[in-house]
Amino acid sequence: MIYLDNCATTKPRDEVIQSMVDSMKVGFGNPSSLHRMGFDVEKQIKEARRVIADYLFVQEGEIIFTSGGTESNNIAIQGIAKKNKKRKHIITTAIEHPAASNTIRELEKQGYEVTILSNDNMGRIDLSHLKDSLKEDTFLVSIIHVNNEIGVIQDIKEIGNIIKDYNKNIHFHVDGVQSFGKIDFSLYKSKVDTFAFSSHKVYGPKGVGGLFISKNTKLEPILFGGGQEKGIRSGTENTYGIIGFAKAVQLLSKNTSYENKKVLDLKTYLVDELNRRIEGIKINSFLDEKSSPYILNISFSDTRGEVIVHYLEEDKIFVSTSSACSSKGTTKSHVLSAIGLEDRFSQGTIRICFSYDLSYEDMTFTAEKITKAVNEIRSLTRR
Amino acid sequence: MDRIISVSLGELVLKGLNRRYFEDKLIKNMRRVISDLGEYNIYKEQGKIYIEGLESNREVAMKRLKKIFGLVYISPCIKVSTDMNEIKKAAVEMMKEEINDRKDITFKVETIRSDKRYPLKSPEISRQVGGYVLSEIEGLKVDVHKPDVFLYVDVKEFAYIYTRKEKAYGGLPIGTNGKGLLLLSGGIDSPVAGFLMAKRGVEIDCVHFHSYPFTSDRAEEKVLELARIVSLYTGPIKVFSINLLNIQKEINMNCPEDEMTILSRRFMMRIAERIAQKGGYQALITGENLGQVASQTIFSMDVINRSVELPILRPLVGMDKVDIIQWAKEIETYETSIQPFEDCCSIFLPKHPVTRPKAIDIEKSEEALDIEQLVTEALETMKITKIE
Repeated sequence: MIYLDNCATTKPRDEVIQSMVDSMKVGFGNPSSLHRMGFDVEKQIKEARRVIADYLFVQEGEIIFTSGGTESNNIAIQGIAKKNKKRKHIITTAIEHPAASNTIRELEKQGYEVTILSNDNMGRIDLSHLKDSLKEDTFLVSIIHVNNEIGVIQDIKEIGNIIKDYNKNIHFHVDGVQSFGKIDFSLYKSKVDTFAFSSHKVYGPKGVGGLFISKNTKLEPILFGGGQEKGIRSGTENTYGIIGFAKAVQLLSKNTSYENKKVLDLKTYLVDELNRRIEGIKINSFLDEKSSPYILNISFSDTRGEVIVHYLEEDKIFVSTSSACSSKGTTKSHVLSAIGLEDRFSQGTIRICFSYDLSYEDMTFTAEKITKAVNEIRSLTRR
Repeated sequence: MDRIISVSLGELVLKGLNRRYFEDKLIKNMRRVISDLGEYNIYKEQGKIYIEGLESNREVAMKRLKKIFGLVYISPCIKVSTDMNEIKKAAVEMMKEEINDRKDITFKVETIRSDKRYPLKSPEISRQVGGYVLSEIEGLKVDVHKPDVFLYVDVKEFAYIYTRKEKAYGGLPIGTNGKGLLLLSGGIDSPVAGFLMAKRGVEIDCVHFHSYPFTSDRAEEKVLELARIVSLYTGPIKVFSINLLNIQKEINMNCPEDEMTILSRRFMMRIAERIAQKGGYQALITGENLGQVASQTIFSMDVINRSVELPILRPLVGMDKVDIIQWAKEIETYETSIQPFEDCCSIFLPKHPVTRPKAIDIEKSEEALDIEQLVTEALETMKITKIE
């Protein structure tokens, strides 16, 4: 099996699985319980929080655990909107993940004003547009750090500076689901107020994630209950998930830039192999530090991404599409629309997402199989 | 005083000498859906079938029995001896249950006395039962013209008292009218077509054509889900899945583009006919509907018919789409049918399909293809899924 859908989810590492099994078998107590069994788990959760805070170079008190990326984005965006009753203007991008964009759309329905920043044909947002859009009424700027479909990295440090230079009371939220554990960045230097991330994108379990909330930030809760996670995320902690998540983070490479270089070499190699074999290719991801090395979005004219996916699955190669096919044609992905990709290409787009454990042989084999699929499909579409 | 279920039969009573055969099939079909619900006894008495037992599962049984073809009405009844006191007491109990705290209810007693030796005549039974019910339950009134509630008393060897008559689908018991092979797609029409033919007593199995990897496993699963829903009415179903991609490729390469659909349809029929001949099916069934799409003109149907010898039954041929949709909702296939699954078969849809194909032209186009070889190869891709 060659698993190349690591943006959708990743394979949990064995040590992660083991830590969760141990936790279920022995340490299954409720951290809110007064007795020793509860206290033991409480200590483990505290330790997990420290592991993740250390990884992000932030303080333990700035991390809360959630059920995942979607919940983290909701808690941050809705929470800051509830807190800022006076200002009503939000700035975001056209290439957000639905977890953020649909939350913001919901606020728009409630009367908030939303500015969507323009971007270039590789998905980089226009910073002068950002400068021009900031105004007295602005309370939130929400940006996806690494886009999940094309991998483009936004310069959050520069964005943070622009926002805070204009008004330090504007909340800067970053959706970091695809950047956490994958690329280097600094939350403090980027002046980020909230940062959403998830466990199952970094070889941990599903159903758990985290939200960094900088210590000067106050959010109104959107969930109510037992007051866990400082009252921001009530509900019994997903203790097994949190323990597995922390284990996954402990096992992440300490040398991100070395790991990045390795994965980028694989990505570049695959692109070369494909270019050598197939004409009519369009690469929608940068092949340098402007993109996450883990994400390659690539289009083959006169094909269908979905059909390529099914061809590849027969050889146990798993990739994904970014646009879904429907009986009435193709529903174009909002991200591919935003970068202005022509229909001829966008229909035939697949997303390949790498991980640390792939080899060059895997890439050669994948290139061969993609070539075969593309040729077969074109024999039908080009007549 | 026993709680039981009675079912009345529709057309079956007209079946004369064959009636016993039809009734036995029907009882077998009924047993199939209730056998897991507990102890029961099933018997016939004068044009109705009765089910005793099942206790707390009686409502579930009624729901399932509604899907058995050949039944017209299903009623929960109280069964008592023909002693008038027992009948009266049962009538009060049934009535109390029926009105369930509603106020100002009018009712009428309808008696059917099949046992003509019974000392009281029907109007007298109705009168006595009605009078007793009125005296026992407050606030009731009799209305012989437009009552809110009919209180039925059937006097046979035993007496049966009931108020509810739940309508079932009628039709004929499955298996009394041969076997048909349904061409099941993921759409709205074909499951309804299967249902309607099954309702006329035809045993149904399905053949499904896909174009994997141009279509997905999920699209296939949707078809199996539709077969599962249809099987609630028809009993176990076999689904034969055939990959048509190679045939579509060959047509695409060798034949005029605007004939893609009709040529594919003719291949589907040929393949279905092979399966039918081997499995002892007497007809093919499709969800075709005159004029719905370009490939469903009367001309196309003619050309399609000529590809096989078996009759092609098209129960939806004269229906309007809205009526088909209504049936699909009624039999609960609609929500599954409209699920949007990625279906890249659209690659194979010609931009302007022929609407008035001529057999002579189509046959000429097919000369470029090795039909026998393609059909045989397609049959080799067959997967069979049994839906119980």
